[in-house]
Order: sequence, then structure tokens, then C-alpha cells
Amino acid sequence: MGGENMFSKKNQEVFVNPLSVNNPVTVQILGICSALAVTAQLKPAIVMGLSVTAILAVANVVMSLMRKLVPNRIRIIVQLVVVAALVTIVSNVLKAFVYDVSVQLSVYVGLIITNCILMGRLEAFALQNKPWDSFLDGVGNGLGYAIILVVIAFFRELLGSGCLFGFQVIPDCVYELGYVNNGLMLLAPMALILVACVIWAQRAFNKDLQEK
Amino acid sequence: MNTNSNSYTVTFAAVMVVVVAFLLACVASSLKEQQDKNVELDKMKQILSALNIHEVEDAEAAFNQYVKADQILDLNCNVKSQNGGFKVSAKSEDELPLYVCNVNGETKYVIPVKGAGLWGPIWGYVGLNADKNTVYGVYFSHEGETPGLGAEIATEKFQSRFAGKRVLENGNVALGVEKNGKVSKPDYQVDGISGGTITSKGVDAMLKGCLSRYKGFLNN
Repeated sequence: MGGENMFSKKNQEVFVNPLSVNNPVTVQILGICSALAVTAQLKPAIVMGLSVTAILAVANVVMSLMRKLVPNRIRIIVQLVVVAALVTIVSNVLKAFVYDVSVQLSVYVGLIITNCILMGRLEAFALQNKPWDSFLDGVGNGLGYAIILVVIAFFRELLGSGCLFGFQVIPDCVYELGYVNNGLMLLAPMALILVACVIWAQRAFNKDLQEK
Repeated sequence: MNTNSNSYTVTFAAVMVVVVAFLLACVASSLKEQQDKNVELDKMKQILSALNIHEVEDAEAAFNQYVKADQILDLNCNVKSQNGGFKVSAKSEDELPLYVCNVNGETKYVIPVKGAGLWGPIWGYVGLNADKNTVYGVYFSHEGETPGLGAEIATEKFQSRFAGKRVLENGNVALGVEKNGKVSKPDYQVDGISGGTITSKGVDAMLKGCLSRYKGFLNN
């Protein structure tokens, strides 16, 4: 660490900024595609958020360790190989040791490879920074992504199915009064609209994020 | 060291590919056995689910306890072999697996079914009573149907609708899924999933298609 404090002010920012003022989804607008795919229910959203966090943290560290060796001209390919190899290994390990989880995740594990946040962080951060900083950046960005997924999934599952984590939370008496679940919430367009609402709310509270 | 030279770039790429390929091959081959075992155990659990036996600790022991024979039928539904049905590939065209089971002293039959949903394959198992006509239980699963919509076919809420339905009407398979509220033959049809129309239709086609192949057995 070269004498530098592991939790210095700079490192704290590296970790905390992606959770709010530099959120990968709402500020950098990355990873929107998977935010649509897995947010109809809370459970897959949380699992996806944690999987991306884990893989992003490890990929960032691996890339950071190699940063002085990687030829500039093929760095994107190298990043892709690192991410794809990690995802394949994780997917294989899940299949061998926690088969139930891997069945639940099904295609989502493969989708992690295509998540632009991974390539974005490897390119923008890990190639220029030390392993520990890159690790914090990976965890921070992964969690920043996970938070948004959970918020979107919360509203989509609550308003679309009347459930949270698969358990009914809107009581039957409300349905008897004429309330109906909003089926549109379960379809992809509503995820986009909800992401936009989150972005709107965040910029309304945080004036620094507003474009001049 | 000049990391931008052609020779370095090519060497780096070559070494990286070899290392990664070696790593992945090691991981894949060392975990293969365990993965195949898991797939088998999962298949046993699925078959047990069609017999309404859920949450088993030791799937293999429970499977051996309840499933008395995994027969193979030929296309005319004559028993070809008393054993080996479990190993028959899902892609097999000329061998029909049939599981003969015994639950609490009653004979049950389990028939595997497979079909297509909206995004990918769907499959399942249909458990029948000894009369070969009344549904005892079903199990459905899918690869990637929409969560909250088509994926609901994998829930007990949907699967429980099938219990007690009949399969054959005048010798043909009538068991199926009908659009929510459009059920005209409640003895044979169950309500589909609102918003999961294509998956529901897939289940309907899967049941009619796969069970029809067993007509010789069902009508017997």
C-alpha cells in the first residue's frame, strides 16, 4: 500500500461515490439492460446484484495486478477474457456445489459477462489503480448497481404482483375493494420508467448532478 | 519493457489464451463428476415432485424408495425394458421412459414431458393415479421464462391446479391449460397464467403432445 492508509479519504470516496453521486446505473447509465431483465421480483435482483459485486471486485483486482503487463492495443480483449473466464468458473463452481442456486440464476450468470459496468470499471479504474483501490471500487460499484436493482424490483414486485420475496403483502381485503395488480409493472418498459424516476429523484435532491 | 511492441502483444495474447484455456479446462473437468451427480439428483427431485413429495433430504434414497421401476416403452407403448428409463436422453425419439412408483401402497405412474415456452425450453413430469387417467401431481420447470409471468408455471400455486384433473376424453388427451376464465371443460383444463399466455400455451401443447405418445399405455 506504500504507506498509504487503507481507508484513506480517497479510498473512502472510491467506495462511497458509486453508491450515490457516481452511481453506475443512475449517473453513468450503465448496466441498464440487466436492470430490466432481473427486476420483476426481488430475489433474482438481489442475487444478481451480489453476483455482479463479487465478480466485479475479483475482476478489478485481477486486472489491476496485470495493469503494467497488459499491452495497450489488446486491453479490451484482455478485460473480456478475464471477465468471461471468471464468470465461467463461478458458474461451474455453483453448478457443482450449490446446484439449487445455479438453477435459480440460470441465464443471469451468463448475462454478467455482458454487463457494461464490468468493462467500464476495468477500463476506467482498474487499469490505472492499485489492487486494493480497485477492489474497493469494484465492491462500491457492484453495490451501487445492486441498490438500484433492489429499489426497482421492490416497486415492480409490490405493484405488479402484490408480493415481496414471493409472499403476498397486499391484504385480500384491499383486492376486494377493487384494487388490481398493475400487470404493466412486470413488463420491461416499466423498469425503464422506474429507473428514470429514480434518476429524477436523485437529481432533484442532489443539485450537483444537474446539467447546467 | 516495451509493452506496445508487436512481438510482446502477440506473446501476451498467446500466453493468456493458453493459461485461461488450461484453467477453464481444469475447472470444468474436475467439477464434471459432481455436476453430473447434481443433475441426476435434481432430476430425481423433479420426478418426486410430480408425486407430491417435496423437500426431501436425500433425493437418491427417497427416489429408490418410491420409484419401483424406470421402464422404457417403445413407440407402441410395449414395455421394452424394466430398467434404464432414467438414463434415456430427453432427446430420444424411439424410447419412452415411464416411472412406475408406489406411494403409500398405491401405484402411481410418472411420465416426463418437454416442450417450448416463450424464451426457451420448458419441461416437467406428470404423475398419474393407478387408473392411468387421473392426475396425481405435476411438476414443471423452465430455463428462462419471465419471472412473475411465464415463470409462474414452476410454482406450486400453478401446479396444484392440476391435481384430480383427467387426461383422456374419448381416447384423446384433453388435459391442458386454457386462458384464464375461458375453461370450458373443468374436468380436463386448468386456468392459465395472466400475462404468461405464450408459456401457458406452451404447457398446453407440451402436455397434449407428449402424453399423446403414451396413448397406447394410457388407453390400456
